[in-house]
Amino acid sequence: MKNPSIESWGRFPRAEHRTLPLAWRDQARLADLEGLLLAHGMGRSYGDSCLNDGGTLLLTRGLDRFLEFDESSGVLRCEAGVTLAQILEFAVPRGFFLPVTPGTKFVTVGGAIANDVHGKNHHADGTFGRFVRRFELCTSDGKRRICSPEENEGHYRATIGGLGLTGLITWAEIQLRRVPSPFIVQESLKMRSLDDFFRINDESEKDWQYTVAWIDVLARGRKLGRGIYYRGNHAPQSPPGRRISFGEPRLRVPFDAPNFVLSGTSVRLFNFAYYNRQLRPLRRATIPYEPFFYPLDAVGNWNRIYGRRGLLQWQCVVSDPETVVRILEVVSRARQGSFLVVLKTFGALRSPGMLSFPRPGITLALDFPHLGESTLTLLDRLDALVAESGGALYPAKDARMSAEMFELSFPELPAFLPYVDPRFSSSFWRRVRRVDEGAQARTA
Amino acid sequence: MKRIVVFGATSAIAQACARIWAGRHDALFLVGRNAERLEAVAGDLKVRGAPKVEFLAHDLADLEAHERLVGRADEALGGIDVALVAHGVLGDQMLLREDISLAVESIHVNFVSAASLLSHLANLMEKRKGGTIAVISSVAGDRGRQSNYVYGAAKAGLSAFASGLRNRLQKSGVSVVTIKPGFVDTPMTAHIAKKGPLFAHPDAVGRAIVRAIDRRKDVVYVPGFWRPIMWVIRSIPERIFKRLSL
Repeated sequence: MKNPSIESWGRFPRAEHRTLPLAWRDQARLADLEGLLLAHGMGRSYGDSCLNDGGTLLLTRGLDRFLEFDESSGVLRCEAGVTLAQILEFAVPRGFFLPVTPGTKFVTVGGAIANDVHGKNHHADGTFGRFVRRFELCTSDGKRRICSPEENEGHYRATIGGLGLTGLITWAEIQLRRVPSPFIVQESLKMRSLDDFFRINDESEKDWQYTVAWIDVLARGRKLGRGIYYRGNHAPQSPPGRRISFGEPRLRVPFDAPNFVLSGTSVRLFNFAYYNRQLRPLRRATIPYEPFFYPLDAVGNWNRIYGRRGLLQWQCVVSDPETVVRILEVVSRARQGSFLVVLKTFGALRSPGMLSFPRPGITLALDFPHLGESTLTLLDRLDALVAESGGALYPAKDARMSAEMFELSFPELPAFLPYVDPRFSSSFWRRVRRVDEGAQARTA
Repeated sequence: MKRIVVFGATSAIAQACARIWAGRHDALFLVGRNAERLEAVAGDLKVRGAPKVEFLAHDLADLEAHERLVGRADEALGGIDVALVAHGVLGDQMLLREDISLAVESIHVNFVSAASLLSHLANLMEKRKGGTIAVISSVAGDRGRQSNYVYGAAKAGLSAFASGLRNRLQKSGVSVVTIKPGFVDTPMTAHIAKKGPLFAHPDAVGRAIVRAIDRRKDVVYVPGFWRPIMWVIRSIPERIFKRLSL
């Protein structure tokens, strides 16, 4: 059945799919299916890596059961459609937390593996994939493989960060982290320039498990890179009388906002207000984990403020501060503002994933309302700066990188290719591999 | 700790309820058709905190087995505090129109087998002078519509049956809760591509059902906005209603 209602989080590009909802592991009989397949969980990838235009999406949200939990070791085995939100709801009251979490908890375990997601603790703990002990992978030849560092190691390393191209993950076993409390001791520090970022970051990385910075991208000249630096650790105990509550977001964006909402003026006002909200150079507070890790999850469908035309996310990792300066200069001059500019350093801990995005260096994430050609041209200029410095772009946030850019970003690509299931594909994959969609559909 | 038996335990709505009960450390007995899937559900509920989960695979269309199934659940749990009857099939109305035997089968599963189970549960609880029986009916039972009247008729029968039981069991201290969900985003409705704002998430429906059982409500619409909607639908005079394409 054609299903036009599925979109990625950036709502660009648009795609049409057949959909096959999976509610049980025994339904994953892939050899019986026709056409090109791709697993799709919460659709929180921004661009087209979670889309499969003209093909079939295997909807995994119905695979949301827990299989085993060892309270002493914190090892959880669950189906691949379980969301990180569901894990938190289960694990937090038992004294555990996610080992790594991205900026939204509304992603599935399968999606977290396929994108080898990272979070504010990358410098301390690495990516999500480092905590995946094993998983079951179903391929279109009808085989089911248990993949771990010991067993089917090639499939294990290809699937972590493998963008769903190696088959369907049905369950996974992950190592949770025991934490003293679900509260975070957070410090926020004002940065007046990019130099401040690097100074504060150097001071913070040893003693703070979670670090990230928000940048006012419209600040220029001497103020370039000004913003707020956040660092946090799990609080040694919960503040007396305070509890964590679970539930759905209370606020929702009920409709697509008209285009003027994200005009240059509103973005400028937001950035100015956000920067100046904090007057003191340092603020310290003990807060629940939700606002620390998931400030945007409080508003359901926040992507709709970008209207029908959608948004383009862009995230790179580069090794040198000079390239960060150059990128910020280009962006601030272009005046195509961005609410959510995030700067962080990645650490040296290696992921098992062949196509894992994080690597030692500085990562910068930006978002832009999709204004058409002008936005695409701007992003191409940013790509060129990344390419020049030997950096990489993040597929989960991409809707437009070139095939060359993809190859430059992932030197382990040749090792990965043999593990791609011939019947699995995505809009992203056909784009960066320059596959003629018609030809592939005919041979499939 | 409550002792709870769930019929149709692999349905999305039943699973959502059972997860809440498991989190409260209630003991559960599950009945459904598919042993492998029951095992998956039982495993999930154990991880979530149910001290005891047993299951039995049987097709509930087989009425002869009902007495034995209720007996087994009663035995395994050491008494039944809550019974949730949640099995059912939606069926494609167009197919049911062509193949009358399919329509009869739909009425058999959705009404006859549910009524049979309710009767066995009622007799047991009446004797014990206590307990709660919850049954999943549907807003579709509030009025027959051309798009869905076989299913609707079975659910209408079920609602009437439950209402009669409630009346009968009132003096024995047994509650009967009739649950009327609207559209729920489950595998049963997976073929409906465009999910509008009327579709509820099974978790939200599960929370509402568990709350209704806790409070021993009589008839609940889930989500609650269906009550006024169905009031309007029921109020339309038949001579107008018959012309509508609903």
